[in-house]
Amino acid sequence: MAGARGGRRAGMGARAPAGDRAKAGKRPADQQPELQEAESSEELPLFNCPAPSQSAADSGSDPSESEESVFSGLEDSGSDSSEDDASSTEDGQPRSIPKMTQDKSQAGATLQNTKEASIQSQEPKKEDEYAEDSSDEEDIRNTVGNVPLEWYEDFPHIGYDLDGKRIYKPLRNRDELDHFLDKMDDPDYWRTVQDKMTGQDVRLTDEQVALVHRLQKGQFGDASYDPYEPAVDFFSGNMMIHPVTNRPADKRSFIPSLIEKEKVSRMVHAIKMGWIQPRRPRDLTPQYYDLWAQEDPNAILGRHKMHVPAPKLALPGHAESYNPPPEYLLSEEERLAWEQQEPGERKLNFLPQQFRCLRAVPAYSRFIHERFERCLDLYLCPRQRKMRVNVDPEDLIPKLPKPRDLQPFPTTQSLVYRGHSDLVRCLSVSPSGHWLASGSDDHSVRLWEVNTGRCLKTIPVSGVVKSIAWNPNPAICLVAVAVAESVLLLNPGLGDLSVTSSTDQLLSAFSPPEEPPGQPVEWQEAAAEEQEHGLRLRIHHKKPVKQVAWHGRGDYLASVVAAAEHTQVLMHQRSLRLYHLLRQELTKKLMPNCKWVSSLAVHPQGDNVICGSYDSKLIWFDLDLSTKPYKVLRHHKKALRAVAFHPRYPLFASGSDDGSVIVCHGMVYNDLLQNPLLVPVKVLKGHTMHRDLGVLDVSFHPTQPWLFSSGADGTLRLFT
Amino acid sequence: MGGLEKKKYERGSATNYITRNKARKKLQLSLADFRRLCILKGIYPHEPKHKKKVNKGSTAARTFYLLKDIKFLLHEPIVNKFRDYKVFVRKLRKAYGKSEWSTVERLKDNKPIYKLDHIIKERYPTFIDALRDLDDALSMCFLFSTFPRTGKCHVQTIQLCRRLTVEFLNYIIASRALRKVFLSIKGIYYQAEVLGQPIVWITPYAFSHNHPTDVDYRVMATFTEFYTTLLGFVNFRLYQTLNLQYPPRLEGPNDKDQADEAYAMDSESSLEKLSALSASLARVMVPVAEEEPEIDEFPAEGETAEQEEGLRREHEALEKHKRLFEGLKFFLNREVPREALAFIIRSFGGEVSWDRSLCIGATYDEKEPSITHQIVDRPMQPTPVIGRCYVQPQWVFDSVNARLRLPVEDYFPGVLLPPHLSPFVTEKEGDYVPPEKLKLLALQRGETPGNVIESEDESEEEGEEEEEEGDGQEEEEEEEEEGSEEEDEARLKVMEEQRTQGKGWAEVIEVLGCPQKPQVTMGTLDKRRQLPQEEENEAKRLAIMTMRKREKYLYDKIMFGKRRKVREANKLAQKRKAHDEAVKAERKKKKKQGAQA
Repeated sequence: MAGARGGRRAGMGARAPAGDRAKAGKRPADQQPELQEAESSEELPLFNCPAPSQSAADSGSDPSESEESVFSGLEDSGSDSSEDDASSTEDGQPRSIPKMTQDKSQAGATLQNTKEASIQSQEPKKEDEYAEDSSDEEDIRNTVGNVPLEWYEDFPHIGYDLDGKRIYKPLRNRDELDHFLDKMDDPDYWRTVQDKMTGQDVRLTDEQVALVHRLQKGQFGDASYDPYEPAVDFFSGNMMIHPVTNRPADKRSFIPSLIEKEKVSRMVHAIKMGWIQPRRPRDLTPQYYDLWAQEDPNAILGRHKMHVPAPKLALPGHAESYNPPPEYLLSEEERLAWEQQEPGERKLNFLPQQFRCLRAVPAYSRFIHERFERCLDLYLCPRQRKMRVNVDPEDLIPKLPKPRDLQPFPTTQSLVYRGHSDLVRCLSVSPSGHWLASGSDDHSVRLWEVNTGRCLKTIPVSGVVKSIAWNPNPAICLVAVAVAESVLLLNPGLGDLSVTSSTDQLLSAFSPPEEPPGQPVEWQEAAAEEQEHGLRLRIHHKKPVKQVAWHGRGDYLASVVAAAEHTQVLMHQRSLRLYHLLRQELTKKLMPNCKWVSSLAVHPQGDNVICGSYDSKLIWFDLDLSTKPYKVLRHHKKALRAVAFHPRYPLFASGSDDGSVIVCHGMVYNDLLQNPLLVPVKVLKGHTMHRDLGVLDVSFHPTQPWLFSSGADGTLRLFT
Repeated sequence: MGGLEKKKYERGSATNYITRNKARKKLQLSLADFRRLCILKGIYPHEPKHKKKVNKGSTAARTFYLLKDIKFLLHEPIVNKFRDYKVFVRKLRKAYGKSEWSTVERLKDNKPIYKLDHIIKERYPTFIDALRDLDDALSMCFLFSTFPRTGKCHVQTIQLCRRLTVEFLNYIIASRALRKVFLSIKGIYYQAEVLGQPIVWITPYAFSHNHPTDVDYRVMATFTEFYTTLLGFVNFRLYQTLNLQYPPRLEGPNDKDQADEAYAMDSESSLEKLSALSASLARVMVPVAEEEPEIDEFPAEGETAEQEEGLRREHEALEKHKRLFEGLKFFLNREVPREALAFIIRSFGGEVSWDRSLCIGATYDEKEPSITHQIVDRPMQPTPVIGRCYVQPQWVFDSVNARLRLPVEDYFPGVLLPPHLSPFVTEKEGDYVPPEKLKLLALQRGETPGNVIESEDESEEEGEEEEEEGDGQEEEEEEEEEGSEEEDEARLKVMEEQRTQGKGWAEVIEVLGCPQKPQVTMGTLDKRRQLPQEEENEAKRLAIMTMRKREKYLYDKIMFGKRRKVREANKLAQKRKAHDEAVKAERKKKKKQGAQA
């Protein structure tokens, strides 16, 4: 059943063109088998032409006709003739019929070829064979021409007959049920197809069906054609003694060809000129052989010393595994970060992934890329030998004497002096080491007992205390305080009563000197209420005073005024100048190589100077050595505020804005050939940061290895 | 004072370098030819120390070559061949244009060809040099041999690559030179040791390539041209060292039939048979008996004796490693990568076969009763045959890397596989070591693997402990099968050794803050002990303060690198810890649910 249906379907496609072709082929009167064959082959491609597969076969088509007709042909005319009368297309029908019949008769009874499509041979009229037919190809029943038939889809007619009258489509009012009934009832349903040109249903004859089957199988259309006939040679393959033809030989076969001669001479010329090379003899050496049979390990063969062999590719780590340990997989954030990175910046050039089994591993899409990049690296990248620093970091640390060997030095914070409510800008220790004076931004000077941390006295002053200095003379108890534009001399009245009274006596002997007016300073005696606080004298300057200092024996007092054009001693910012006081001249100018010098301290022996600077450097000058720094110490993170030497021990300290005080061992040898030894021994921390300021002043105890520091947090601290 | 004025840039480094364009002009080559020449001859650009000086004062970006290199190229005979080829192409085009077909024929007959033999000899004066540089050559040839036979490059090249790689694989099998294998997401890495040189190559997984458009295949083809020549000569020499016939031929009875064939590899079928990797190769002369060169014993004392002992032990281990799969019979299911597994199994002495319909060269059937291992990559095996182990392919790879046959329980089909670790990583002190690696190391030393992990789990989970103990017992049984009494003694010795080593590991773990040793609680340090320690630290800090700027910079850099390393290790350890905890929680939950149900 299936086979039959298949045959029908194919038949539907084949039918209509087959009919057309048949007519066309038979027109010339030769009925030789060759022609038929040609036709059949010609037909094959047409076989595929698509046909609308409506199987709306008119049930009216009479099956009886097929049996009688020997010539298969299109029996549509017959079937139509009965139907078409009803559908009023009679005009075309009679015309076409005669012609077809003639063709058939022409073909003769011997021709069983189905392509000789023609109508049933009811009325064979030989006379008007070519009468009206002028076209080879067209189906003369429909003169619409070679146009797609879809164009007529929307019209009731399907074309025009020879008289120009419309050929109407057969009425199609059958539904699926009718089709189904047909299928069930009509035994010929499977061989009924629709003629596209006329819209009629056509029942294929047995021959046509057989043809279709043959063509489907890829056989020749003509059943009688034998493609494998034994070939008969024109000539025998054997050498004969007689020529095949009796024709005498041409003259040109006896004389040499001029054209060939010319060709040969041209080639000879080309060979002479070297334009044509003889074919190269084949290389007989095998493709591969033992290349290193005689290897010479010393041969460098043109390679110079600078040649660097290509580095090998890095070997893969655990992360590259198809099933890595879970810790190597990237978390969500890491993955996002990886994706957002530039491909060049990524640490891994792939995303670690985990697959449950080897079967699930896909191809790596960048494989070719990576090989290509390696190629590019090999021939485009400059190579360099890079020396890896293979240093043990411990070796880089300099070997210093152990701090324990350099004791004593202050190591721990033992006392905190609290009382000031603002920055403690300056401090000074009494020459005996019992008392401590401090000046603060809260407009007061406080005097402390060193051992107990008790505040003994608070002296209010009229402004911010810039500097404070205790007279170094142990016989006098006197403190100089720089406040605003004046220097105050205080008698704190502490310690030995005889000392304080002698100091008072000394100061009471003061009488305003008789000097011509216009002096830079003005000495005044303190008022009575100020006397109670201990204030004794007031030296009034015209400009703000920045610093005060006593001479080593306490006889002279020096003050620094900050204004630039002043005639007094100036603090220079770029360099330090040493003045010979007796001769009153500049002896040396030190170049500290830093921008802002903040503080200065002189070694008790006098040959060495340290200065701290706001660019967080501490500079040690050896005056005997040079005007350039002997050593620059960058221990602090922030600006240095104060530096101090210990008068007895080889210690110096620096306080900085980072809140720390660094104590260094600074041994100066008497031997001039030996350089000073500078070793940091302790970092003292205690002061808290306040308004970006840390330690503001440091000072050593005159006899003990103790250190006082004042800070921006309003405290003074003692480190022992 | 007198003398000629010195001109700038006529001496010094400016005269040692030459820009690319100038070099090209000097050689009279097009850029493409120049590149090809550089690739073939292994010439690469140089970065001068003072670019501005070399560039005659200009700072424009230029590529510089050493003048010596370019002079070296001037004498290269291939340069002339390049020029000839250019002329040939011109003539051919002209002949085509004039439709002079005879001329075209003649020209094609006389197409200039060049050989790279002398360049190979020049670039690699000794055979060892060539072996050292074989990594890229192998990877490239393996890649090219997987290319489709259409487009991209010549079919001959692809065939040649395939042939050479198959020859190389056969050599590795014959010499048992494979050492490590690694399944990465990029492909499969192999490491072989040939004449003492480690050679690493990567092969892509067997899928068709999605050819990228931003890759210049001409450059790759030039490299491949060089690499195929190199690999061919290396193969020849390697086959010679093993007394194998070079155009390789398979051992067997039909060998005689093909004896008249000049070159066995010429026929497709023989190449296919060869690439099946299932049969051994024919030798030039059959060796009478395999003679392993014994290491002579010299009376030695002290350290040298120890060294020698170590060497001998290493040698023994290596020999054992080479015979890892000896006596085992494998069967590959059709879903596993056949070539890779066949190669690996055969290079460790195993026998391997596959379905007859899968590939040529199958030696036995799936029903063969003597099969010991069947490699399966499917979750379910419908009807398992009794008497053979069904394992996933990772077992083969992990066993090779571990140098011992791992317990098969972890690798049953459908089981969640243990992580696959890279054999190329050797952890130094302070690096992060994945716990699986620790386990593996323990296993290698002969310990039961549970030890490290079991001890911690004991306190936490009794249920798990039982399972693990079970595992341990099984493994012990396995070991007993292998070992004789003598080996037992040796094992005891090893155990002692590794116990001491184990302590070392524990310390490392402590340092890393690894989660492996939770019973070690952080004790409070004794103050008396702490004090000198702190003093020391402070002294160090002070000393660092006094360092010079340059040294400080270097020191900081080193310390930064060290700290980063530690940080990374810690991060990995933490991640692992979190993961383990999550897994544990999940398991507990499941257990609870199971109990409730």
